[in-house]
Parts: sequence; C-alpha cells; structure tokens
Amino acid sequence: MSEVNEKAAARDATNWAKKVSTLNVSEVPEGAININVEGKRLASPIQGFGKMWQKTYQVRLPAEKVSATDLIATWKLRFPDFWPEGNAFYGALTGIEPGEVALLNMTLPGKMKLSTGVMVLYADEESFTLMTPQGHMFAGWITFSAIEREGETVAQAQVLMRASDPIFELGLTMGGHKQEDRFWNQTLSSVAAHFGEPAAEVDTKVVCVDSKRQWSKWKNVWHSSAIRSTLYMLGAPVRGIKGLFSSSRAPA
Amino acid sequence: MAEATATFEVRRQGSACIVDIRGDVTAGSEEVLMSAYEEAGDAKAIVLNFSELSYMNSGGIGLLVTLLVRANRRSQKLLAFGISDHYSQIFELTRLDEAIGIHDTESDALAAAGAT
Repeated sequence: MSEVNEKAAARDATNWAKKVSTLNVSEVPEGAININVEGKRLASPIQGFGKMWQKTYQVRLPAEKVSATDLIATWKLRFPDFWPEGNAFYGALTGIEPGEVALLNMTLPGKMKLSTGVMVLYADEESFTLMTPQGHMFAGWITFSAIEREGETVAQAQVLMRASDPIFELGLTMGGHKQEDRFWNQTLSSVAAHFGEPAAEVDTKVVCVDSKRQWSKWKNVWHSSAIRSTLYMLGAPVRGIKGLFSSSRAPA
Repeated sequence: MAEATATFEVRRQGSACIVDIRGDVTAGSEEVLMSAYEEAGDAKAIVLNFSELSYMNSGGIGLLVTLLVRANRRSQKLLAFGISDHYSQIFELTRLDEAIGIHDTESDALAAAGAT
C-alpha cells in the first residue's frame, strides 16, 4: 500500500463509524428515554417520506477569536451545551466520537415531548455528522463544520433531510420547518456567544432538493417516535402504579 | 464549504456514461460533480467509477444523495463499481446501497445498466 493510501485508510478508520445493522444504546443516562433508538436502523434521505430539503445555517466569527479546528473541537466536546433550552442531548461524556449513539429528548410544537436519538456517522477535525434512526422526525443527517475564509471562521450546520412519514411531513409543513430553523439559529448563536460574539447574525439558506414525496415510504409511520413517545407518556400513570405495587411486594 | 479536491472525468459507453472519480470527494466537490453530471446529459445510466477514490467524507456521501435525486428526476439509473470494502460498508451504513446499484467491475455495472 502506498504512503498516500495508507494515510487515507487511517483517516477512514478513524473518522467513520463502523458498520452496524441496528443501533445499540450501551448506557441510558438519567433523564433519557430509550424507546425509539434501540434496535432501530439508520435512515438516510433515501428512506424518508417527505420532500427533500437541504438547510444551511452559518455564523461568521473573527478568525482571531477561534480557528476552524478549535471551534469544531469545542463544538464536539460541548455539543449539548449549545442546544436551545427544553431539548436534551445525552451523548458520551467524551464528546462526539464516530459510532457513538446519543439519546435525545426534544420539545415539539404544542410542548409535546419526543424521545429519539442519533448516531455519530462521521467526525474529523473540521466537521462531524449525525445520522438519524427510523422513526426520527426526519430521515437524513446533519453535518456541522467550520472553515476559515477571508479573516473569518465560518461555523455551519447543514441538514439534508426528508420527513420520515406523512405525520411528520404534515407537522413540518404546519410550523415544524420554522421551529427547526429557530432551533439551529439558536444553536449557532450559542456557539457564537461562547466565542464572544453573542450578536453574530445567523444566515439561513433553504433549498428544496426534491419536491416529490416518496409515497411508498408512508409505512414509516409504524416507527414514528412521535406516536411511540405519546403512547409512552400516556402510559406513565400505569407504569407508576405498577411500580408502587412491585415495590410494596418486594421482600424487605 | 471546502474547496474541490477531486476530479470527475466523463466517458460515454453506449447508452451509459461512466464518471471516473479521482481524489478526495467532499462537499467542496459539488460544482465539479454536478458539472460532470450535466456533461453526461441524457445517458440512460450514470456509472460512478470509485477505483481511484482516495477519500470521501460525509459531505461526499451527501453529494451522492443529491446526484441520485437528479438522476431519478431524469429516469436515469445510478450505478457504481470499484468501491473498496471500507466504502462498501459506508454505503451499507448510510443505506445508499439500497438506491445505487453496486458492482465489482465496469463491465458488470454496464451490463446491469443494459449498456453493453
């Protein structure tokens, strides 16, 4: 193997997640709910239902404040800290690493709670990508990256997605897209604020890559994390009563 | 956001067009890849040759999804050959293999495209 190929192979091994057929959550942190991740397959935009979108959010920072690699290193390490309030990212304490599975508790419109997750598909010094499992709001991935250009460090989040099923597609049409835009705007503002630029403006660019819906994928609704999360929440009182009984029956 | 570090050369083979990929495929390759795709024009099938691929990151995988959408819009088949074991696994992980026909050799891919 040539030196160039050896270097490429080493990058490959380090940066990409290893192949998995289904997701496995090694540890469920306190507060996280693992009802929509364990045993699920990953889903790319090809497996999604709705229109396909590419959404790009960018914020520019003075390059003397932070380099692209330092920005990504910090973003990977403190990823949950930059998320908007009311949403939780339960990842590994060591930060973003390829192959790691993180559980998410999200707040949707109407204050509805949704439990889902992501897998770190790829991570290098200048970017990292999270991919969604079956049943997530959307099928696809989000790539976070940074680049130095003309005296500025540009931090970017780019989402390539289709709504997973008809219910999520309807939800995205009825305000979900706007909420998602707000989510990533707030995230990038938090990143900018961390590096001393709280007033930095976030640019948003939305492109409809494919206006066709993939009607053959409507059955994805079976995996819907929204439906499963709602049923889980509705079942909370029953689980509470069961828990009381089982603890009262437990031997002293 | 990065600059292009890959080249995409287009060859016509019957009703198919073969795109020879060389170098690192990243999000920065979008313009050159789409330009190569336009050069392929109305070919019935687009066959991607990964034999000389050095490296591909997640941005590169995203580009392939976009290319697939464009090919579907024109009712063109999208196939690939010369993929290393590692990238074969990445195609499976990202489930691109469910939409892009993967073959061992150029002649296999062309036969599958009905272009031999």
